[in-house]
Amino acid sequence: MARIELQQIVKRYGTVTTVRGIDLTIEDGEFVVLVGPSGCGKSTTLRMIAGLEPISGGTLRIGGEVVNNHEPKHRNIAMVFQNYAIYPHLTVAQNIGFGLYTSKLSKAQKQARIRETARTLSLEPYLDRRPAALSGGQRQRVAIGRAMVRDPVAFLFDEPLSNLDAQLRGQMRLEIKQLHQRLGSTIVFVTHDQVEAMSLADRIVVMRDGSILQVGSPMELYNRPADIFTARFIGTPEMNMIDAVATGGGLTPEANGAAVDLSRVTGLPPLAPGQTVILGIRPHELQLLSGGEAPFPIRIEGKVRVCEPHGPETFVLLDLPQGSVVARAPATASFRPGETVAFGAQTAALRLFDKQTGMRIGSA
Amino acid sequence: MSTQTQPLQAYGNLRPGRIVAWTILFLGGVVMITPLLFMFSTSLKSAGQVYDLRLIPDQPTLANYVKVLSDGRFVRWFANSTIIATVVTLSCLFFDSLVAYTLAKFAFPGRRLVFLAILSTLMIPTEMLVIPWYLMASKLGWIDSYLGIMFPGLVTAFGVFLMRQFFETVPNDFLEAARVDGLNEFAIWWKVALPLVTPALSALAIFTFLGNWTAFFWPLIVTTDPSLYTLPVGLSSFAVEQSIQWELIMTGAALATLPTLAIFLFFQRYIVRGVMLAGVKG
Repeated sequence: MARIELQQIVKRYGTVTTVRGIDLTIEDGEFVVLVGPSGCGKSTTLRMIAGLEPISGGTLRIGGEVVNNHEPKHRNIAMVFQNYAIYPHLTVAQNIGFGLYTSKLSKAQKQARIRETARTLSLEPYLDRRPAALSGGQRQRVAIGRAMVRDPVAFLFDEPLSNLDAQLRGQMRLEIKQLHQRLGSTIVFVTHDQVEAMSLADRIVVMRDGSILQVGSPMELYNRPADIFTARFIGTPEMNMIDAVATGGGLTPEANGAAVDLSRVTGLPPLAPGQTVILGIRPHELQLLSGGEAPFPIRIEGKVRVCEPHGPETFVLLDLPQGSVVARAPATASFRPGETVAFGAQTAALRLFDKQTGMRIGSA
Repeated sequence: MSTQTQPLQAYGNLRPGRIVAWTILFLGGVVMITPLLFMFSTSLKSAGQVYDLRLIPDQPTLANYVKVLSDGRFVRWFANSTIIATVVTLSCLFFDSLVAYTLAKFAFPGRRLVFLAILSTLMIPTEMLVIPWYLMASKLGWIDSYLGIMFPGLVTAFGVFLMRQFFETVPNDFLEAARVDGLNEFAIWWKVALPLVTPALSALAIFTFLGNWTAFFWPLIVTTDPSLYTLPVGLSSFAVEQSIQWELIMTGAALATLPTLAIFLFFQRYIVRGVMLAGVKG
């Protein structure tokens, strides 16, 4: 096990900089997920940690040792690839054993290690099969087995679940999480799927355009996103954004119309009168109003465009003069398209973002 | 039940386009196989029956085979061809795929230029190369030697081109996974990349072996010692010396086709297996 430290890590391809001086410390045994849209530099960062991409600048330490110029094989890390990268001409046992290629263990010890790994991953019945005879999930487990068998200091996962269908992805997510709990190993996991990031990570690193936007636990990122990008990226459905203007201690919607009532909002951070802000409200923090309850500080009223029943809850897409808003309604709720519905939220549900910089304002 | 209905379904799928295709393939097959059948047929005829064009001889005989195989020269030429074709094939498989892998999977300055330079040699006809080859062999003392016959084919531009196209299709993840697992670059090529391109290797092996087995022009030029003749060169001299004894030439040719058939049958299964592997994700 080992701590991985990235100090001002830079990656350049000619004149193009894809990773812009990132700082990150991954503690021993921690499960860190790098998340962000395509081209944000997350996979490049992982590949630099693995030694598959030369580092253009900065310092990379694994277990306290600077490894910038170490070959991948000298870093004692294991990597699981998006396309599994298990060899079709080898059996499951040979594939798992491939991870021990440079090991000085005896043949019997290697066999024992392969069996033990296969048992951990429920692959024992398939040891003599070739990958073509395995399901997608089993192939991914073989890839994980090849990484595990070496007992590396850290595991690197590069979007390992992207090729699986939704059901299998959920199952493999659980298995990887259990594996981490059992092995207690350092894991760096790259994904563009925020659900994967939320459900797996001890800490999530949100990246965009080669920079780290925010590092924090899944709930920190969910509740206190540092900027609009993170706020929208984390959480499903994504956070609603409404343009507003500060009015001496209060807020008023930027667009005309009475669809959004912010007149009862209090306890806001200091805002200059006339300052334009963006209000963020998560769909789960909106409550369906039936008319009998006490007035909410925030009231949103709109016409139903679409209802999406999800089983335990229903999401309602409302058309407003300011745009559209998604709100969560109880599973039993049922609306006709065009019907006018109102939702309310507490002030605590509001996140304020500066419209110019996109950064979150105060602790609101 | 289902196995019984399958042939019926297959016939049910007969469409005019398919019938035309099968007819063309059948005619093509007949054109290809007729000379072979006549070769085997003639090899089973006596000298007096050679110009009797019936495919099945009246009195088939193995006397020609006994005569050819008991002639020490034929056995020697057969051995020469076997050694030369085998060594050249192994050399091509090794060096062509090594060069091709480097060109396909490593980025280095001038990579494209090197590849184009190699490809450009394909445009030069063999007849133009024979004189430089001969001068080279003469200067190096390789006339009348195995090395002299083999050296132009030990690494081929065609092999490099063919293998490069296949290596391009090998996902980099396979190679990077092996790199992370601690393999050196040669081991990655040998243990990971090569097994993934077995169909191409098999095709290259067949082409190279057949090409060298049937090579006539260069071995004829570079050898004067009959004990170093390859089979085609030997058989041609056989014809001149023996005032064209077709039954013996056809017997020699029939024997000469056997290794090529064996090579094809051996590598064919790898081609089929390779195609099957290539269709599997991961």
